[in-house]
Amino acid sequence: MKIAIVDYGAGNLPSVERALRGLGAETERATEPAQVAGAHAIVLPGVGHFGAFVAGLRERKLTEPLQAAHQSGTPILGICLGLQAMFASSEEAPCESGLQFFPEKVTALPTNVKSPHIGWNQLRRVRESRLLHGLPEDAYFYFAHSFAAPGSALATVAACDHGVSFAAVIEQENLFGVQFHPEKSGETGALVLRNFLESL
Amino acid sequence: MPLARRIIPCLDVDAGRVVKGIEFAGLRDMGDPAELGARYNREGADELVVLDISASFQRRATFLDTIRRVAEQLNIPLTAGGGIRTMEEGRAVLLAGADKVTVNTAAVQRPELISELSQQFGAQAVVLSLDVKRANGSWEAYVRGGRQATGRDAADWAAEAVERGAGEILLTSIDRDGTRSGFDCEATAKIASTVPVPVIASGGASTFEDFLAVFTNGCADAALAASIFHLETHSIAALKKFLAERGVPVRQSR
Repeated sequence: MKIAIVDYGAGNLPSVERALRGLGAETERATEPAQVAGAHAIVLPGVGHFGAFVAGLRERKLTEPLQAAHQSGTPILGICLGLQAMFASSEEAPCESGLQFFPEKVTALPTNVKSPHIGWNQLRRVRESRLLHGLPEDAYFYFAHSFAAPGSALATVAACDHGVSFAAVIEQENLFGVQFHPEKSGETGALVLRNFLESL
Repeated sequence: MPLARRIIPCLDVDAGRVVKGIEFAGLRDMGDPAELGARYNREGADELVVLDISASFQRRATFLDTIRRVAEQLNIPLTAGGGIRTMEEGRAVLLAGADKVTVNTAAVQRPELISELSQQFGAQAVVLSLDVKRANGSWEAYVRGGRQATGRDAADWAAEAVERGAGEILLTSIDRDGTRSGFDCEATAKIASTVPVPVIASGGASTFEDFLAVFTNGCADAALAASIFHLETHSIAALKKFLAERGVPVRQSR
């Protein structure tokens, strides 16, 4: 089974690649629509700016193949900005649309706490999670972001609190997303990626 | 669910080796960066910082190779920098496998460097390295490895850098660096209360109590140290256990 790691022109792909390969997965970097369309599973990593991310997908003509892959049930895992891109839109780039897999809007973290939210934090489980299966409730994960999807989003399975409750893990049928960086979250992060691979 | 306070070992590298500056005696070799990085990753470090202390033009390729070799060993975040002058040099550091890049001297000379890096890679990828020395009840920013005064108030410069898009401050006290007399908690608290981004305290770490003090009195979000970890004076696990027992939230490996 081959996993397509979407390469939209920025972002730290080698670490995601290394983490997945370390778990025995076969990966390829997807820069072409056909690679997304033909993938058994898709990982959408991302760092940086929401606007640059969705523009990068559009320029490479990857937006529609991603939406088609979702419609046909291909498992998709969004990481950090990749999770945010699965939502309708973001305050970070108000004129851009996201992939629209989820209807909610991504917003800036509040100003009463330090932002970016950088460092290791714990999660609050909202409901049963496939990605967090077997992980201790008090496990820490590495976050680095200034924007987030609301904790009240329908697909939220685990929230995190940083001035506001935000979606830390989302799951809905074939869609998965983590606001933290599993590839940077030590052994616990590796377990999340393993759970994703085992769900395929 | 508080954000854990981070413990960050720092590798100062010169020509592909981890070194430690010894007063009047030059540099002492402390080992291979990839091997040390792997050890800290295994021992529960929350992040790793790699700084090019040679920072000369000719050695840039060697440093990028060092970043690649270290990044391959890690499943924790990596911050790298030292002598970064341009957007392209910053990009090269990130593409080599660092998650964040530090800027210092060049950003003081041309603050737009921070804006450019932040717009391209996001605030979470841009760390202002701020070297400070106490002066008349306040702190002054220094550049060129702490050798040159800027005439700028450290808190003012930190605020401008954050305004321009720096997502974190790596604050080094020149007064304390290498002295083993503890972190400068006053300077750290001053900067931490000025800027709305995380502050990493650096310079002077010697005992477990020093770390406790910088997290409590200094309001630091993270604490960085080099030689006390390299020399295995302290294990990261023992330090975290000490902090946890005193109510500081830390991520403990199991």
